[in-house]
Amino acid sequence: MSTIETTDTNLPVYTPKDFTTDQDVRWCPGCGDYAALAAVRKALPGMGTKKENFVFVSGIGCAARFPYYVDTYGMHSIHGRALAVATGVKCANPEFQVCVVSGDGDLLSIGGNHTIHTMRRNVDITIMLLNNKIYGLTKGQYSPTSETGKISPTSPAGSIDYPINPIAIAVATGCTFIARSLDVDMKAMDTIYKRGMAHKGTAFIEVYQDCNIFNHKAWFYASQKETMSDSTIKVEHGKPLIFGADSEKGIRFNNGHPEVVAIGKNGVSEADLIVHDETDMFLANMYAQMSYPEFPEPMGILHADPTKPTYNELLYQQLDEAKAKSDQPDLQALVTGNESWVVR
Amino acid sequence: MPTDQSIDTPSQTLDSVVIRFCGDSGDGMQLTGGQFTDTSALFGNDFATFPDFPAEIRAPKGTTFGVSGFQIHFSSESIFTPGDRVNAMVAMNPAGLKVNLVDVEPGGIIIVNEDEFTKGNLSKCGYLDGYNPLEDEEIANKYNLVKVPMSRLTKESLADSGMGAKDVNRCRNMFALGIVYWLYERPIDQTKEYLTKKFAEKKGLPEVAKINIQALQAGYYFGETAEVFPSRYRVPPAKQEAGVYRQISGNEATVLGLVTASQKASKPILYASYPITPASSVIHGLSHLKRFGIKTIQSEDEIAAICTAIGASFTGDIGVTGTSGPGLALKGEAMGLALMLELPLVIVNVQRAGPATGLPTKTEQADLLQAMYGRHCESPVIVLAPRSPSDCFNMAIEAVRLSVKYMTPVIYLSDGYIANGAEPWKVPDVSSIPEIHITHPTAADAGENGFMPYARDPETLSRPWAIPGTPGLEHRVGSLEKDAESGNVSYDPDNHDMMVRLRAEKIERVAQSIPLLEVDGDSSGDVLVLGWGGTYGSITTAIQQVRANGHKVSSAHLQYLNPFPSNTEEALRSFKKVIIPEINLGQLSMLIRSKYLIETVGINIVKGQPFKVETLVERITEVIES
Repeated sequence: MSTIETTDTNLPVYTPKDFTTDQDVRWCPGCGDYAALAAVRKALPGMGTKKENFVFVSGIGCAARFPYYVDTYGMHSIHGRALAVATGVKCANPEFQVCVVSGDGDLLSIGGNHTIHTMRRNVDITIMLLNNKIYGLTKGQYSPTSETGKISPTSPAGSIDYPINPIAIAVATGCTFIARSLDVDMKAMDTIYKRGMAHKGTAFIEVYQDCNIFNHKAWFYASQKETMSDSTIKVEHGKPLIFGADSEKGIRFNNGHPEVVAIGKNGVSEADLIVHDETDMFLANMYAQMSYPEFPEPMGILHADPTKPTYNELLYQQLDEAKAKSDQPDLQALVTGNESWVVR
Repeated sequence: MPTDQSIDTPSQTLDSVVIRFCGDSGDGMQLTGGQFTDTSALFGNDFATFPDFPAEIRAPKGTTFGVSGFQIHFSSESIFTPGDRVNAMVAMNPAGLKVNLVDVEPGGIIIVNEDEFTKGNLSKCGYLDGYNPLEDEEIANKYNLVKVPMSRLTKESLADSGMGAKDVNRCRNMFALGIVYWLYERPIDQTKEYLTKKFAEKKGLPEVAKINIQALQAGYYFGETAEVFPSRYRVPPAKQEAGVYRQISGNEATVLGLVTASQKASKPILYASYPITPASSVIHGLSHLKRFGIKTIQSEDEIAAICTAIGASFTGDIGVTGTSGPGLALKGEAMGLALMLELPLVIVNVQRAGPATGLPTKTEQADLLQAMYGRHCESPVIVLAPRSPSDCFNMAIEAVRLSVKYMTPVIYLSDGYIANGAEPWKVPDVSSIPEIHITHPTAADAGENGFMPYARDPETLSRPWAIPGTPGLEHRVGSLEKDAESGNVSYDPDNHDMMVRLRAEKIERVAQSIPLLEVDGDSSGDVLVLGWGGTYGSITTAIQQVRANGHKVSSAHLQYLNPFPSNTEEALRSFKKVIIPEINLGQLSMLIRSKYLIETVGINIVKGQPFKVETLVERITEVIES
């Protein structure tokens, strides 16, 4: 299997401008998607991949307009199907960096099946889920990530759906790269997106994204300075789970269950805290279940396992093995078959 | 060693014989019929087969709904169908007899395994208490009923084998096959070789191969010595054009056609599919052809399958997906995407009886209108339909050729009957098959204003197929309406109107790249019988008989349904009456009437079965005489 030529000396020096199309961006002013777009345009020049080897695929929804604004190869497909299309792109040519950007309705409702199975197969695709917990383009209906009781045009008495947990879904499928970020945290977005793109296997990145028209402030508890230090926790590989405005709180196991503790009180020290290990799926499972206000919500790279072979690798491995066994496949022999007879 | 020379039994020579093997779905009837077919093929007969099996893999034993059948028509003449009337039937159990008796011609041979006609088995298949068809005088008078204690004889012949009862019991089908081989003077060596290969070499079970061969021989000797048949039958080899022949089913031919197209286009095919009867054997076949660069993906659902094929085509492979009617319905929106993107895509639809789950293992031709119109808005695609098992090879190549030439989805309408049915096929010389030329633009092809992904070829109206990895041609395609040249999103009303017309016009122009409709018989006259797709064999045979009865009739068969060949209207207008037989309620009739305002007379029978020739002859004659 071929891999991306990261050391190509002919690689032009790109700037974000090289990845900007001439199309007017049509998102609402103040939309969180702008931040995601900026992060992607900023990250692409540093990926060591030629511009023509990026393919962006999306489904339908506000976020799905993304490919029109990134000057690479791209496809705006149909509702929910971006990952199925992207799987075809990656399997047709594994040299390409394939990225899917779409929303919570697209990836978790109508396209939920493809999300599950792409991650299960570990197709080498980067998925950016712009989760605004609402249907924006269709004007404000509740989404699969909306909280129960959500008042919306289709749920005037409050939604009676329980929300889906995207990280838990990723964990359940054995996804090999699971991360979460805030749209406004440009630094984290940059780091996570670059790692995700470089990851060999499916990279699933959930972005808390603000829809300032239909679901404004849905993530304010996590994105505002006053509350974010208590409502979120940034996990870093090899470092203990510490959060709070003054890094005064941590998370430890108590009888197998995580609990929030105050560092330096009741004899609790840093040494008692859980240390983040991104290779440990058990921890990822725990992170998936941590939600505010009981826990701070984990941000960063929650899980990364680059050792699992990707679907596209295995596909090409089988192709290569078959070709190696018969380097000159004989079409005539195939068409004639093994049990032919001659009429004279 | 059995030979073709029987000592005492006289032999009659026949032109054609139709045999049906039937029994429980676990009785190995498909294998038995397949072996008889292989042997007859090598013997030099023309043949056509019709496997007919239930959707259930192992339905409750002995029930009528668990009956599996395999019919073969073999002949010293050219034949096109598996035959209407069964001349000889092997029934391994009462349920098989009960279900299939109706198709046996009066005077026909019925060989039954009488050991299975126990009280319990008779009641399992719904015979009234105390009734045994083997004791029914009416049946005995009407047919040539041959009762053979096959279970007991098989057991006795294998008594010294040391094998368990289960293995021994499973050899009954070979005992039955042995009898039939003797009766029709067929050599048994081919099947012996097959059994050795299957059990001894592939599965490492030489003892199983041995007892199967013993049972086969025992059946053959039983025919020779038991003197229950007054005559043997000989069907001499058919006169066939010289050449190399093989047996081929429609789905096998589809696989070979796709691989050949891939080789001729020097392009990998990516075939993504979700398992569905009766299309699954296409992905089974292709998944063994990785050495030809064929990529197969078993997708999570029908929609994923077509979308993955679309992604592959966008990237420069030839994307192909395969399904049956229910799956085609699920793929509807994505087909719209592919035609909006104007990318090559082949959608193999092996039609089955429906709607909904319908009769999944039975055939039907009722997806024509779905193929034509089963998408939202103005969304024409190319529609092709192979007419016989071997024609699937040619039409699969055609599907790829037209798809890449016109940058558009092609729906390929096979059906369960030709997909599973087999016939002899004169193997083509693959080097004589034309190359499929594909060009991808490079940066040098971009104009002054940059690359225009939707600029069109003036002749075909197809757009350039620029693929990722090409520097300087980075572009976005999408499901939104696009500007006629740049492909950028456009909400301009006039642009949309123009694009709708362009997409339609492009498909119309395909008529310039396909053969004309050929009329068999006089090119004008009173009656033309017009068929399409998998009914070619039955219609052709019926026409021969109608003519033999002294009537004048012409026929034509459509393999290109959208667009129609450019001479279609002219050809149809040359006749006073146009009869259209189809296994639906008149879908081609509707298309012909609406497009040409030509009145048609439909022959519409929707039983999940291929047409019976005698029914067609009767109905066509009625119209001619009316």
